[in-house]
Amino acid sequence: MPSNTIRIRARLSGDVTTVKALISHPMETGNRKNKKTGKLIPAHFIQEVTCKHNGSDVLDALWGTAISKNPYLSFKFKGAKKGDSLSLHWVDNKGESDSIETKIG
Amino acid sequence: MTSMKRRTFLKGTLTVGAVTVAVGAGLLTPRTVLAAWPQGAFQAKTVDDALKALFNTDQMSGSDQIKLRAPDIAENGAVVPVSVDSNISNPTSVSIIVEKNPTPLTSKWDLGPTTEGFVSTRIKMGKTSKVIAVVKAGDKLYSASKEVKVTIGGCGG
Amino acid sequence: MKKLLSLVAALGILGGMPYASAQPDLMATGTPHQDLQRFRAYFKHRFPHVPFADFANGAYSVGPKDKREQWEAVMEFPPYDYQLEAGKKLFHTAFKNGKSYASCFPHGGIGIRQNYPYFDAKRGEVVTLEMAINECRVKNGEKAYKWGTGPIAEVSAYMAYTSRGKKLAVKTPSTPAAVAAYERGKEFFYAKRGQLNMSCADCHVYHAGDRARANILSPTLGHPTGFPVYRAKWGHLGTLEKRFAGCNKQVRFKPFKEQSVQYRDLEYFVTYMSTGQPVNAPSYRE
Repeated sequence: MPSNTIRIRARLSGDVTTVKALISHPMETGNRKNKKTGKLIPAHFIQEVTCKHNGSDVLDALWGTAISKNPYLSFKFKGAKKGDSLSLHWVDNKGESDSIETKIG
Repeated sequence: MTSMKRRTFLKGTLTVGAVTVAVGAGLLTPRTVLAAWPQGAFQAKTVDDALKALFNTDQMSGSDQIKLRAPDIAENGAVVPVSVDSNISNPTSVSIIVEKNPTPLTSKWDLGPTTEGFVSTRIKMGKTSKVIAVVKAGDKLYSASKEVKVTIGGCGG
Repeated sequence: MKKLLSLVAALGILGGMPYASAQPDLMATGTPHQDLQRFRAYFKHRFPHVPFADFANGAYSVGPKDKREQWEAVMEFPPYDYQLEAGKKLFHTAFKNGKSYASCFPHGGIGIRQNYPYFDAKRGEVVTLEMAINECRVKNGEKAYKWGTGPIAEVSAYMAYTSRGKKLAVKTPSTPAAVAAYERGKEFFYAKRGQLNMSCADCHVYHAGDRARANILSPTLGHPTGFPVYRAKWGHLGTLEKRFAGCNKQVRFKPFKEQSVQYRDLEYFVTYMSTGQPVNAPSYRE
């Protein structure tokens, strides 16, 4: 499925699949002030990122506000074959979410 | 016994022990367990409190099996590339903690059974601080740390 | 020789800085082409171990390994990716009248960034890529984009991206009017300004590779290749002239407006000084 906020690469080398992903998200801490209004910009950050390989969880990451804006993540796992499916799903503190699915290459 | 676990769950401050038992008893599906965002841990103001909230303990052993890569001097405190690479067998999670951040816990990465003890990301650091990588394997916590300097640039704007 | 300079100390040092006798006198009169040779010779002498094309990587080419490694880590998955894709989409989307950017540019706008800016003899002024983008919009009944960030930077980034690897090839100023614009840009570059009384050259030529507090000062040679740039500080793409304005503010000089004649002349001079440097836009910088 296409995604607006997630770019992902999953490459197999030997037995290890390396996944790299970049997510478009403001990751607002809730501590920054709007320069014009002086009001605090409310916290808006991804809280959970889950990745599945052929339907099984390979990563479940819990994030706080100290992950950078437009967050990047990379991890590695074994046991995949070329052409297997890898999916990534994120949810933020406002309940917004997005997903992507890609083939391991 | 069961009602105590249910109360703990409803409070939202799950400890790993209670959760494991609850999962075993069929009270919580793994999906629900993992979806509970540990607010106490992420709002903890000290390293020890964050560790206790996550793992029920703040005892860690330093390990040379964990390679923590982070810059000596962060080019920009808002985007500090950090990677943790550990050789420890059967890691179940990697956590990244910034000691001097107002809330030290940045992230906890739960690993699947075939997932390696490797995580790479970019974090925000408020000031010069030790960055601590915590790897959980079995019942034990292993750690490595590095001081990362965060400076005032001269080319603001 | 990277010394830690506080800005205050820098003022004292920069004021009295003599040229090393082996260094070319960059402000000497001559043709633009002669200026270019002297400029290149200066940087080659100052950074003998940096390959010519690596200057396109800015402070990373002359700074410490630790800094370069952070950049390489981020470049594994550069954060400008989203805006670059947005720029591609904008570029290929037709205007309300059915025409598109391709109709305004040679080669349909693809692979031409390295020829900008150029001196338009008929109009008697320097034309930058961003200026041409907005003129294309207005000509076709659309509102001009705001300068500096957002869609203007995205479209410019995409167009520059299609020129990646091509060498900057601004035509050598040869007519009196073009040379005059070039000379105005050159004068701006070397003139001291602002409450801090510093010139572009003070930081980016004479102190290139040194530090202003914790920042490594990037050399002017190679500067324009990566623009529009995703600056970590901004958290998004921004244009070269946005940075001109920012730098000017930092020496406490009231900046000119982006795409003013002053900044376009400066962009003309600075880009010509980077002739032969490979386009690597958009890029990520601190």
